[in-house]
Amino acid sequence: MTIIDKTAFVPEPRSGGDDSTTLLEVRDLHVEFHTRDGVVKAVNGVNYSVEAGETLAVLGESGSGKSVTAQAVMGILDMPPGKIPQGEILFRGQDMLKMSNEERRKIRGRKVAMIFQDALSSLNPVLSVGYQLAEMFRVHEGMGRKQAKAKAIELMDKVKIPAAKERVNDYPHQFSGGMRQRIMIAMALALEPDLIIADEPTTALDVTVQAQVMDLLAELQREYNMGLILITHDLGVVADVADKIAVMYAGRIVETAPVHELYKRPAHPYTRGLLDSIPRLDQKGQELYAIKGLPPNLLKIPGGCAFNPRCPKAQDICRTEIPALVPVTEQDGAELPGRGSACHFWKETIHG
Amino acid sequence: MPETLTVKDTTVPGAPEVAPEKADKARSLWTDAWYDLRRNPLFVISAVLIVLLLAMAVAPGLFTGTDPRKADLANRYLQKPHFGNVFQADWLGYDVQGRSVWARMVYGTRNSLSVGICVTLLVTFFGSLVGTLAGYFGGWVDAILSRLTDIFFGVPFLLGAMVILTSFAERKLYVVILSLAFLGWTQIARVSRGAVISVKEADYVTAARALGASTSRILLRHILPNAAAPVIVVATIALGGYIAAEATLSYLGLGIAEPTVSWGMDVSAAKDQLRTAPHTLLMPSILVSITVLAFLMFGDAVRNALDPKMR
Repeated sequence: MTIIDKTAFVPEPRSGGDDSTTLLEVRDLHVEFHTRDGVVKAVNGVNYSVEAGETLAVLGESGSGKSVTAQAVMGILDMPPGKIPQGEILFRGQDMLKMSNEERRKIRGRKVAMIFQDALSSLNPVLSVGYQLAEMFRVHEGMGRKQAKAKAIELMDKVKIPAAKERVNDYPHQFSGGMRQRIMIAMALALEPDLIIADEPTTALDVTVQAQVMDLLAELQREYNMGLILITHDLGVVADVADKIAVMYAGRIVETAPVHELYKRPAHPYTRGLLDSIPRLDQKGQELYAIKGLPPNLLKIPGGCAFNPRCPKAQDICRTEIPALVPVTEQDGAELPGRGSACHFWKETIHG
Repeated sequence: MPETLTVKDTTVPGAPEVAPEKADKARSLWTDAWYDLRRNPLFVISAVLIVLLLAMAVAPGLFTGTDPRKADLANRYLQKPHFGNVFQADWLGYDVQGRSVWARMVYGTRNSLSVGICVTLLVTFFGSLVGTLAGYFGGWVDAILSRLTDIFFGVPFLLGAMVILTSFAERKLYVVILSLAFLGWTQIARVSRGAVISVKEADYVTAARALGASTSRILLRHILPNAAAPVIVVATIALGGYIAAEATLSYLGLGIAEPTVSWGMDVSAAKDQLRTAPHTLLMPSILVSITVLAFLMFGDAVRNALDPKMR
């Protein structure tokens, strides 16, 4: 596992913005969807925080609530059926859930932006990419048509789209998948936001292009000193880019850790299962491990620890008591900063 | 044609090659549609017809030098057409009052097309306004607007128009237009509501929202252009229907009153001489059919070009 020294080639960090408060802090966030079949509890008390210049990777299977949390942060959750019964989303200390729609809209795009998974369907097919990029400047900054277009070309250059000047009037379907994702990144970056949420930005891409797009994202993040929340289910993508990881399961964070710690010593059986199910060259010929069973139905989350029906270590206590996210320590009690696990048997998992 | 052009170009040393550049020029849904349309004979024929009809409506003097209201009773005994005298006053004969059938057909075009076009514009505007609001906001807005649409949908189109028009003593052109538009907007409302509902779920709408676009911008810039195609198709096809409806109302004596020239009224007046002078009935009827057909074909061609499933 290679470690990229993130401080090695940092351009001048962007100044401005008060750095005294945490950039984004999510506190005890709950999200429910009221459907005909009952209440779907998609997010059940998530806590995380991101500082400027930091990358948080949120890891989890489909339906673990990672995207819903991000949508709640962006304020693009469909409400109804969605509902946020409790929790706080603090952006620079201000609770965004208490803001008016208009105040939130002003933050979107300018302060917090989002990159979506499927760039083809996330770009308007009837407008040229140049228009869509220029729209960011025209709407938020009131720029003129010409000036905005020049900025759009500049942005396309920035995300390394070849022949930006010639391609500015092309339509989304004329670009390749990787180029489209670059345009999405350019749109999100247009106003140099403080925080970018990338929802599985490389899932729809070719493996060869994935690395390029991730490198670009990481490079731009460093340049602008942005906070980045990277939502993914791909452990391989995370390793090179993230500073810290939050693993989600059934709407809860089950483990948090600095990125390399997590790979070295997972403190939750679910994380261990995820790591064991990555194919490895040195285990060629052996059967690939898979976590048995399916993710829980969010309409009826199992009692106790939500992972207990699939957990190889499950005991009686796991079926009755919900484990809290507790700090993980060394065997001798020494603190491990930033580490936490929501498992009754984290000691056995990490040390045993 | 492009071949000859490039051949010519290559004789000039250092001339840039134009042809390959053209090929991968940006093509949107609308440029694609236009490309398809130009090659569709149905579209070309209907477009030529529509252009001719529009010219007749705008400048009837170009097509006939005869006053359509000039009634020379001496001519009523010369009702037979003289097809040899193309575009002359008597080439399609005279009607029972001794007026030139051709001149009346030419001057009636303005009336028919104004009704067709104005009703379509009004219907498209109000129909898509109602449909877009209902589709985008959903919930109780949708419930109220959709029920309202259903109520209007339940009113029979022609019967409703007849009831409205009989209550007016003086039937000006705008009265006919407004009453047809008043009853006709429901179809467009339904179509645009459906289109908006399907488009608003699209990822690019969520993306626009996530990047801070306001509701009005999302509606006008991101939803409407993507929901416009089915509305345009329905509107062009409906246009022919409104022209036919206007002719029907005029025939029944409920359309525009004399002295305005109207195809429907002429057909109605000619029905008593069906045996002695059938051309006075047939000629305007044929023109009504051609007009309606032209707009239907036009709408059909536009639909084929805009609907990706028909490609």
